[in-house]
Amino acid sequence: MSSITAGSHAHEHESSATHASFISTYVFSRDHKIIGLQFLFSTLLWFFVGGLLALGIRWQLAYPWTNMPIIGKMLFPGEGGQISPEFYTTLFTMHATVMIFFVIIPILAGAFGNYLIPLMIGADDMAFPTLNMLSYWFMWPAFFLIGASFFTAPYGAGGGWTSYPPLSVVNEAAPGSASAQTLWLLGITFVGISSMMGSVNYMTTIIQMRAPGMTMFRLPLTIWGMFITAILQAFALPVLTAAGFMQVMDRLLGTGFFLPEGLIVNNSIPASGGGQPLLWQHLFWFYSHPAVYIMILPAMGMVSDIISCFARKPIFGYKPMVYSISGIAGLGFIVWGHHMFVSGMNPVLGMTFMVSTMMIALPSAVKVFNWLGTIWGGKIEFTTPMLFSLSFVSMFIIGGLSGIFMAATPVDIFIHDTYFIVAHFHYVLFGGTAMAVFGAIYFWYPKMFGRMMNEQLGKVHFFLTFIFLNGTFFTMHVLGAVGFPRRLADPYHYDTFQHLMPMNRFMTWCAIGMVATQVIFAFNFISSLFFGKPVGRNPWGCNSLEWSAPSPPGHGNFDFQPVVYRGPYEYGHPDATKNHYPQIEPPPENPTEVPEH
Amino acid sequence: MGRFWSLLFLAVPVLGVGVFAAAMMTDSWPLHNHWLPRDVSEKGYVIDNLFNTILYLTGVIFVGTSLALFWFLWKYDGEKNLGPVRFLHGSHTLEVVWSIIPAATLLFIAIYQMNAWADAKIDRPGTRLAGADGRMNTEDDLVEFQLPIAQVTGRQFEWRIRYAGRDGVVGTSDDVHTVNDLHLPVDEEVVLQIKSDDVLHSFFLPNCRLKQDVVPGMKQMVWFKPKEVGSFDIVCAELCGWGHYKMKGRMTIQSRKDFDQWLTDQERIQQESSFALSEEE
Ligand SMILES: [Cu+2]
Ligand SMILES: [Cu+2]
Repeated sequence: MSSITAGSHAHEHESSATHASFISTYVFSRDHKIIGLQFLFSTLLWFFVGGLLALGIRWQLAYPWTNMPIIGKMLFPGEGGQISPEFYTTLFTMHATVMIFFVIIPILAGAFGNYLIPLMIGADDMAFPTLNMLSYWFMWPAFFLIGASFFTAPYGAGGGWTSYPPLSVVNEAAPGSASAQTLWLLGITFVGISSMMGSVNYMTTIIQMRAPGMTMFRLPLTIWGMFITAILQAFALPVLTAAGFMQVMDRLLGTGFFLPEGLIVNNSIPASGGGQPLLWQHLFWFYSHPAVYIMILPAMGMVSDIISCFARKPIFGYKPMVYSISGIAGLGFIVWGHHMFVSGMNPVLGMTFMVSTMMIALPSAVKVFNWLGTIWGGKIEFTTPMLFSLSFVSMFIIGGLSGIFMAATPVDIFIHDTYFIVAHFHYVLFGGTAMAVFGAIYFWYPKMFGRMMNEQLGKVHFFLTFIFLNGTFFTMHVLGAVGFPRRLADPYHYDTFQHLMPMNRFMTWCAIGMVATQVIFAFNFISSLFFGKPVGRNPWGCNSLEWSAPSPPGHGNFDFQPVVYRGPYEYGHPDATKNHYPQIEPPPENPTEVPEH
Repeated sequence: MGRFWSLLFLAVPVLGVGVFAAAMMTDSWPLHNHWLPRDVSEKGYVIDNLFNTILYLTGVIFVGTSLALFWFLWKYDGEKNLGPVRFLHGSHTLEVVWSIIPAATLLFIAIYQMNAWADAKIDRPGTRLAGADGRMNTEDDLVEFQLPIAQVTGRQFEWRIRYAGRDGVVGTSDDVHTVNDLHLPVDEEVVLQIKSDDVLHSFFLPNCRLKQDVVPGMKQMVWFKPKEVGSFDIVCAELCGWGHYKMKGRMTIQSRKDFDQWLTDQERIQQESSFALSEEE
């Protein structure tokens, strides 16, 4: 275990250097836990911003062209609280950008990945602490650039989060958001650099710095999710970064990667061209489809850990779970064309993408069955983290199954770019990932801060979020079945859709309820920092390594050298004296057994 | 509390199926026309049937898995289940079973729908002619593609339509121009050439189950056979800028006689009007 030795050298070296100042301990910290918390606080703030942006969209769809009370004045004072068509495009562009690039991706990999990886594998820190610090601070240029893009007068970036050219490249196509689109592209590039730094670090740490006895197949599924995600990022991100630069060059230097020869939009200068708008879509989705899994695999891992813990029972089918995570990731690279069935891509190619996309539903199904198998025959404790994790399973069933509709190419002809798609990815990303993230926060909060969050408030938060989320998103399937298109500031002047306003109003009020409910969460989160019940090392009775470290763990994480004797899911093991069997507890019959590695 | 939470998860399949059933079957306020819009194209039912097939198939899986979730939560509530947990790590047989069954189902769906996709997007209508060998249905057959009846051009933020004039060819000086006003004869296979002048748009006919993005630099064909007369929406379904929401056209399906009459009228109006659109492109 030479890598462990190397790791602790780095630690000694570091602690002498960073002893003193507040700045180096809490601001430019190289401790993975502080960096994880920095990511957590930043992303939670952005989560709130993204939620308000969503309310702007919902308001316009419920009460088009009317003044939006309270939030309207906060979000867009320049508009006098009324949403203009230009501003509407900015709203949905920014809602998606913030939620995907500033919330989901960094909260999973940045916050939980950082906090949990070294603790769960028994390391004292990441392999590259400085790189880790940089991965957080490279988010700040992105925050500023996207923020600047939002506030650039007169309108922010409005090309959608997909930034499809020529709309996103030719300034004249979107008057008023010219520089905003460039700022947006640069912002996304910084997010990419940050994720890349994180991904290299996570891969190296998981491969090199596991504690003695921690074999790959003794890793908690959270770590497997993070590991596969890191690999996905490492392979997919360079493509997005390169494509982003190509688009910036098209915008600023007059190249024509994505513009056909001679294209004129609104009397713009004819494009020097020779390019292809579809090229961007291929490059973009080559990253952004794997990104869908970057946004859910770590959540699947965390949910597996939480469910096994509170079912007090081993995870059902550990290896099939690992293989299905890997299978999803592998197939994830050959399905991107399903976003392009009606884009003008060769329809014959659509058929191959349909088959690969259908097959990716298989590992997802295997995971659902294994979660059900895990709770079958258990002794379920309905704690707040468990409730959120169970709702992940329940909501992921809906989001996974609705995906089959759009994988079917002929059906996709009708539902592509309608609210059916919007329903689908909100079930996966909100019903799935966001609910898992809430569960994970309630679950690991005592480890992070040494205090419990309030369970009663947590359950109220869960109940209301669960009700409102289904009220908002389930009805979207029905809208989608009518063909109700996305991204329309006022769909009601179409005869086909004019009768859908009452249902949209219902959804909007559910969305308002959902955002308001998060105040309970914010209150609970903040007040528990000061008044929560103090806890010991292992308040939930869990097996994995982080629960044998102090709460919160000090610099260097463990006050002993962890040695691993078994996998993390041996709940209810006949040998164990308690209803859990920690990974570090030596087996009773042969306490001196040497762990294999 | 375990009972309460189990019932909450039971509400998911109950209400989920309830909402879909109500949307499909109710035709009064507040749920009138809250399902697939009226289908007026001859092959539209193929897509609707596929949609429904997948709906029922996934519906069964949704209800089954959700009920299993509910039942396990109800039965294995830690407060009620006082025996030891089932200490097991999985089942090889079960993993194989629940891999093979979904895999076969998914593969079946994928193959089952390929013809529908080919009809909609690949097999452009045309007449098959014998090739050099003088026999039909051999490898050297030629296909004489049906010519488009009109060309539809998306631009910020309208649909420009030009009909082949008397010469039957689009793109000549006798073309008839309209904006956002597409007329088509009923009960005839129609081919439209669609393209874009500026950014991406998407030509979406909800009532014909037809959607195709239009891409600058590409010319594409779409085809369908209207089977009912009436007036329907043309929707732009791909973000094309601030005015995307108002890029609305109308499609009027009428009898061949009415259609010819309308086209002749348009031609006359165009010749008389001093605002006749000049040759563009
Ligand atoms: Cu995808
Ligand atoms: Cu449009």
